[in-house]
Amino acid sequence: MSPKQKLVLIGNGMAGARTIEEILSRGGAEMFDITVIGAEPHGNYNRILLSNVLNGSQRASEIFLNPLGWYDENDIRLKAGVTADAIDRELRIVTTSDGEQIVYDKLIIATGSRPFVPRMDGLKLPDGSDKPGVFLFRTIEDCERIADYAQGCKRAAVIGGGLLGLEAAKGLLSHGPEVHLIHLMPWLMENQLDETSGAMLRKSMEKMELNVHLNKSTRCVMGEDRVKGLAFADGEVLDCCMVVISCGISPNVEIARGCGLTVERAIVTDDQMRSIDDPNIYVVGECAQHRGKVYGLVAPLWHQGQVLADHITGRNQNAVYPGSKLATKLKIIGVDLATMGVTEPQEEGDEVVQFVEHRNGRYKKLIIRDGRLIGGILLGDTDKAASLIQAFDRGTVLPEDRASLLFDIGPATRQGSIVEAPDETQVCNCNGVCKSAIVDCVKSGRKTLKMVMDKTRAGTGCGSCKKQVQELVEWACDGQLEDDPSIHYYVPGIPLNKPDLICAIQDQQLRSVSSVFECLAGGIEDPGSKMGLASLLKTIWGSEYVDERDARFINDRVHANIQKDRTFSVIPRIYGGVTSADQLRRIADVADKYDVPMVKITGGQRIDLLGIKKDDLPNVWRDLDMPSGHAYAKAFRTCKTCVGTDFCRYGLGDSTLLGTQIERRFQGLESPGKLKLATAGCPRNCSEALVKDVGAVAVEGGRWEIYVGGAAGSHVRKGDLLCVVDTHDDVLLYTGRFLQYYRENAKYLERTYGFVERVGIEKIRDVVVEDSEGIAARLDAEIQASVDAYVDPWLEADRPHTTNQFAGVLLGMTA
Amino acid sequence: MIVRHNLGSAFGIPIGEGREFDVEGIRIAVFRSRNGSIYATQALCPHKEGSLADGLLGGSTLVCPFHAWRFELKTGQAIQGDCDIKTFPVELDDNGNVILTLA
Repeated sequence: MSPKQKLVLIGNGMAGARTIEEILSRGGAEMFDITVIGAEPHGNYNRILLSNVLNGSQRASEIFLNPLGWYDENDIRLKAGVTADAIDRELRIVTTSDGEQIVYDKLIIATGSRPFVPRMDGLKLPDGSDKPGVFLFRTIEDCERIADYAQGCKRAAVIGGGLLGLEAAKGLLSHGPEVHLIHLMPWLMENQLDETSGAMLRKSMEKMELNVHLNKSTRCVMGEDRVKGLAFADGEVLDCCMVVISCGISPNVEIARGCGLTVERAIVTDDQMRSIDDPNIYVVGECAQHRGKVYGLVAPLWHQGQVLADHITGRNQNAVYPGSKLATKLKIIGVDLATMGVTEPQEEGDEVVQFVEHRNGRYKKLIIRDGRLIGGILLGDTDKAASLIQAFDRGTVLPEDRASLLFDIGPATRQGSIVEAPDETQVCNCNGVCKSAIVDCVKSGRKTLKMVMDKTRAGTGCGSCKKQVQELVEWACDGQLEDDPSIHYYVPGIPLNKPDLICAIQDQQLRSVSSVFECLAGGIEDPGSKMGLASLLKTIWGSEYVDERDARFINDRVHANIQKDRTFSVIPRIYGGVTSADQLRRIADVADKYDVPMVKITGGQRIDLLGIKKDDLPNVWRDLDMPSGHAYAKAFRTCKTCVGTDFCRYGLGDSTLLGTQIERRFQGLESPGKLKLATAGCPRNCSEALVKDVGAVAVEGGRWEIYVGGAAGSHVRKGDLLCVVDTHDDVLLYTGRFLQYYRENAKYLERTYGFVERVGIEKIRDVVVEDSEGIAARLDAEIQASVDAYVDPWLEADRPHTTNQFAGVLLGMTA
Repeated sequence: MIVRHNLGSAFGIPIGEGREFDVEGIRIAVFRSRNGSIYATQALCPHKEGSLADGLLGGSTLVCPFHAWRFELKTGQAIQGDCDIKTFPVELDDNGNVILTLA
């Protein structure tokens, strides 16, 4: 093995240390003996987070990237607290401030930059020392000194309205003084913002109690022995007891200049980040000038470090740093901002897309050349920043619809444009059916919605895309849509709409599903119609209904929810979500005894035991000794509650008690769709009562608002206010009356959100609250009868309704 | 070899429903329709292995409980879905027992 080369790094900031890490990750420890010379007396830290140290939200120790131990672990010699004074390129020796001469084979200069201080009088005391109260904002020590001094300070000034100046001002605000920001230019952050956005940012800053002065050139720092104020070129004066100068950076290039390297704004490099004068000297970070540009943001520094490491280790001799496109997304004193590239059009033909909303402080501007993004500003709303920065970085061609670049176009518009969408657009997200499959199906001759749905399965999952499927079918038919009478039927297998079907059932006294097929469908049983008929008959006949179990879905036959592995889930009823140690113990015992693979808290404040074998269901129910939670049925499921008045500091009404009362009254009530209710003890709505089928919300004055038709599943809808009542009994009364009206008038599987929207809240209020049709008493009586007829289905554990009701697998014998 | 298996009384399967049987290690779904017929098929749906015996039955049409694929039980043909199912000869003997024939 050839002896290791000597690698010396001057400068222990972020860029230098990161570059060493990149070199180590390419096997650099085997190739180099590494020495690091750092002026600051500690390891390197994340300068970006300095303002957090200033405002106290992070401690200095938290922002170190590489603590001292890291150097030991990697066999790196760290000379901390000394500076490199000279480079002898002939002999390849670096001389440090403590007189040591360090020999190198390869040298990396990462001396970074220092604050740029504009020329002004009064920065120093007559003896040449720094005037107390004048600060730069650059190092951890600066932060600590600024924070200390600010404690006794009434008014502070920051000179410089760039990013770092704003950060410094933000840090100072948290220490109490009145803060004034002095900026030479006509608007803030003029390198990243245009005039409009700069002005908007100023407004936002002023709302945060930051005083902004623009077009102000500072001439003099006043005060004999310490800062007393600032005098400006326009003759004005500002009294203040400290001033922080943050006017940008000035690259540290003296050592490079001293050894004859080419220096312009910074040390000039080639595409491998080497000095153009010396192949053994690399330059990285803020002291490097590459293709005319000097970078101060981290991303370009990281990239430079990678290219340098690739090249110096021989990993990739052809590595090239192509320069960086500058894009950044950040938060300045609570304001979201993303900027990239140029701020104004540069050439004739450059296109500008712009949105301004002064009221909310939102500004979006894009500059486009030849269909590609070359610049952008997003202020106050950076939702689209990620995709725009990506498009900017990669130079991808932008979509024709420029508005979609600035905003997420909502689903309503997307639905409207489904016929214009590309062929491969997925229309049905449940079954994964794309647009072309639906169109092809229509072209093959199926010209009704139902036929297309049956064939493609589009719209047969959650159903939320059904409208789009219909739209596509109509469009693909070119007006040749065939009439599909079955869409008016209550169930597909009986050619009658709901009112006519109810009349026929009542006239002919049909009390079972099989008798309906016999008398109204020529004896032809349609399995897809059974459940809908069962639901309707139960509502019409109540306790006189002849309950044929084969008309039920498997879940309703075994009172549990079938799972993908053919096991079942068991959710016992926990009234109002309030349980007890005893209940929990029993649930735990059942989980142990039956080896339940998953016990899960449900969204409805209950406990789900998943993976129960069908044969075990009766035993599980017996051991639980709790009633069914009906978590499998088109029925009243649960009433979610918050803690209400018992413990909550904000509770206005006893939502827990009310929720329990609601659940005890309506448990298991069959209905066209499932019913999920909630009660909230105050308008904070912790139990989400506004998006429930029925929600009761306690308001000041001991009253309850009742909302109906809310939803927060595949469809999201805020419930409509039905009425405001005084007592728990009234809540139960109007809830029951509404539910009965819904049971009688909704289509099968139509949830309350669809029903309320279809019928209209005014009409429902007229009937349910005002009794405009004179049926209130009857509705109350009907719902009472249904409540009285409630039987816990889990009692079938001991009294099965059918033979082998819970049998998993039966045994066959050789005959 | 053709072997006949006795699956017990037809009343072991509630009218209009199906039940799953283990016949010499083979899983078979057997259905007793309200139309008076008995049908036997493979136990699991070819789509996602739904238990066909737990499906909804109407005449000779079965709907899988998992994702509503539909099958014609006389032939095993898929009415809705991409894949047919296997059917087996089955009948009632004089005592009302379900007799399944496996080849």
